[in-house]
Amino acid sequence: MTGKVETDICAAPFDADAQAATFREGNPAAGAIVIFMGQVRDENETVTALKLEHYPGFTERSIDAIARNAAERWALNAVRVCHRVGDLAPGETIVFVAAAAAHRRAAFEAADYLMDYLKSEAPFWKQEVTVSGTRWIEPKEQDIKDKTRWR
Amino acid sequence: MQTRILFFGALKEAAGVSERMEALPSSVTTPDMLIEYLAADDPRLMAALQAPSIRIAVDQEIMQRDDIIDAPSEVAFMPPFSGG
Repeated sequence: MTGKVETDICAAPFDADAQAATFREGNPAAGAIVIFMGQVRDENETVTALKLEHYPGFTERSIDAIARNAAERWALNAVRVCHRVGDLAPGETIVFVAAAAAHRRAAFEAADYLMDYLKSEAPFWKQEVTVSGTRWIEPKEQDIKDKTRWR
Repeated sequence: MQTRILFFGALKEAAGVSERMEALPSSVTTPDMLIEYLAADDPRLMAALQAPSIRIAVDQEIMQRDDIIDAPSEVAFMPPFSGG
């Protein structure tokens, strides 16, 4: 039996801390919970916004398939993915990933796998808005390499 | 029948629009032929769509460039994904 799988696309800012608390409360039988939160970074205070585009319908099905693959591969009690789209300000959460399992290894690995696949196999497109203009962010070679760890 | 053509990410800029409607001739039977039809008079768009990194979804299913397509209602051209 595979665990409970939940995936969401959010067009508005969401409270990642509240999601973490809800996930934890919903999985009292799990001995290990791993939470990952990705946020818009502003290293040089030059990024004013990040625009995230998706393909409605297709993106939802793609991230659901990625989460289901994780739930089949590891013995998880539950997995949750929540991904933002739209215009994000520095500091806002882009992605929330949670994995609950009996023991830590499955939870760590599942969260790591989910992030590797969300990076380069989920239909999202990112555009960075800086003080000097906009640019599309292409996946890095490392992002593509990271995914091959799970073959 | 009209086919909705979608361009995502940087391809939107190459195409100048995020989507357009096309009445495709019956001679267009593969994604490759569709690209040639759509970008017949736009070499820059042709090169952008023909780039091997571009993924093509026909009615929301990933297709290879030489797969047979039959009167699709929606075709999406997608540059490399960049989520997370």
